[in-house]
Amino acid sequence: MKFSDKFEARFTEMLTHYPTQRSVLVPTLLYAQDEVGYLSDEVILELAERLALSELDVRNVISYYSMLTTKPRGKFNVQVCTNIACMLRGGEELLEHCERKLGVGNKGTTKDGMFTLEEVECIGACSWAPAVQVNYDFHENLTPEKMDEVLEQYRNKAAR
Amino acid sequence: MADLVSHPDEVKVVSKRFGQGATNIDRYLELDGYKAVQKALTMQPDEIINLVKNSGLRGRGGAGFNTGLKWSFVPKQSAKPKYILCNGDESEPGTCKDRLIFEHDPHAIIEGVMIAGLAVGSQTGYIYVRGEYRYLLEIVQKAIADAYAKGFLGKNIFGSGKTFDIYWHGGAGAYEVGEESALMESLEGKRGIPRIRPPFPAVVGLWGGPTVINNAETLASVPHILLGGPEWYANLGTPKNGGTRLFCLGGNVAKPGVYELPMGYNLKKMIYDVGGGIPNGRKLKGVVPGGSSVAILTPDEIDVAMDFDSVLKAGSMLGSGGVVILDDTACIVKFALRTTKFYKHESCGWCIPCREGTDWLEKTLTRFHAGGGVKKDIDNMYYLSENMLGRTFCPLGDAAAMPIMAFVKKFRKEFEDHLDGKPCPFEKAGRAQEPVLA
Repeated sequence: MKFSDKFEARFTEMLTHYPTQRSVLVPTLLYAQDEVGYLSDEVILELAERLALSELDVRNVISYYSMLTTKPRGKFNVQVCTNIACMLRGGEELLEHCERKLGVGNKGTTKDGMFTLEEVECIGACSWAPAVQVNYDFHENLTPEKMDEVLEQYRNKAAR
Repeated sequence: MADLVSHPDEVKVVSKRFGQGATNIDRYLELDGYKAVQKALTMQPDEIINLVKNSGLRGRGGAGFNTGLKWSFVPKQSAKPKYILCNGDESEPGTCKDRLIFEHDPHAIIEGVMIAGLAVGSQTGYIYVRGEYRYLLEIVQKAIADAYAKGFLGKNIFGSGKTFDIYWHGGAGAYEVGEESALMESLEGKRGIPRIRPPFPAVVGLWGGPTVINNAETLASVPHILLGGPEWYANLGTPKNGGTRLFCLGGNVAKPGVYELPMGYNLKKMIYDVGGGIPNGRKLKGVVPGGSSVAILTPDEIDVAMDFDSVLKAGSMLGSGGVVILDDTACIVKFALRTTKFYKHESCGWCIPCREGTDWLEKTLTRFHAGGGVKKDIDNMYYLSENMLGRTFCPLGDAAAMPIMAFVKKFRKEFEDHLDGKPCPFEKAGRAQEPVLA
């Protein structure tokens, strides 16, 4: 299967970082997921073969890490933190707001495939709560109104 | 990205270069960058270790172990390569400080890793950054590449004839990986299941080689200690608690933010002076002083010096520097439930007391908060938590148990107020019922 040149260059370089090749597995799975959108059977088999691991071994690792998914997601993964620091500043209300706004529940994807909503654990934005991560971008000190702007921003980004 | 704050009581050591453009290596050099590692190159390994030991620097990840002492456990001779592993898997709820160091001063971490390497005779370091912090991983990747381009890393560093390599590594979402043995498993490409100790990582760590694992803030402190001297650093704090600490103020506080304050700074002052107190005319109900894993302190317990020993004496822990403040509209039962949900989610399931304990606690608290609690649940939750303590490979079990025991012990009345099918007394008046704009 085909990954981007950037992926391949990084993969080749990473193999030189460690005494064992399986050490590249966790970051590589995430980079592969970023390109394909999720860890498809094809991706899993490809990486297992490259690293001389069994498919089961790779799946075993995937199931441990919360960011890794074997199911397709929307273009933008809206991750709302509801852990303690965010909860005290309206994180749960923000999640409810997103549920209503997007018409999906936790881990649901909008019909147009644009957004997946996910309730997540602490993302390290506790002093700027409540916070949301859309894919890898942080959005902090949010209110429902500001959240609407954030979602709109991504809709516009997709339209461009 | 994240906003910076300041307060006159701050003593900026680790945060000295925040907002100064120090991610740029030339700017970092102007700001005394890479001077400490050059100094370390003129010193004997034992000299470096003793200097760090005498500075009173203690692990900023949460355990608070003396850093120099940790380094001294690494055997001088080793058939296998030795490693330095920087723990940047910051995930303790309430904690967002390492993020700022990576964002504003990544070279200080690189320098800290190099100095640790010189102290224990290692030639290889890894900087592990949590998966969610992708933009920080990119900053670290560039910083490492820039350091190589200048000849600061690689062969013959600063003309010393010594070799030192640093590699970046990204995680993929796992709180437990912040625990040192699980961190090594993750770096080796596996599930982050903790290892049994002994042997400790200082003797048998990454790929079986002796390994020093330090938190990012700990390592970023090291260059400052080398340049400023151990007495200067030790005197910033309290006895056996050297230096300063990045405190992450969050929750119901007027001026949340990450503040660098001397070790031993009074918690009450931290909340009311530095943090500007409790907003909206509300009162303080409690404060979780060191990340979600530690016991809550009640308002009459907050006149305490924020150093490892004093907070321990007060019945809690200084932990990771995450200070989460609760006002009187917060429901302790709900807070306990959310805390437990987190540990249930993060438990790897390897140790039965943690796997089953967090699940039981979550089920009980969910039912309890929803009005289905019975009186004996209260003592059962305490008893269950008590029996998780110290019975797991890694401290996640303790982290899940300690806060619950404190909630039950210190806020029993709030639990009782949820009994007999009564609705949560805080849902009516609390924020949960405030209108949310659709």
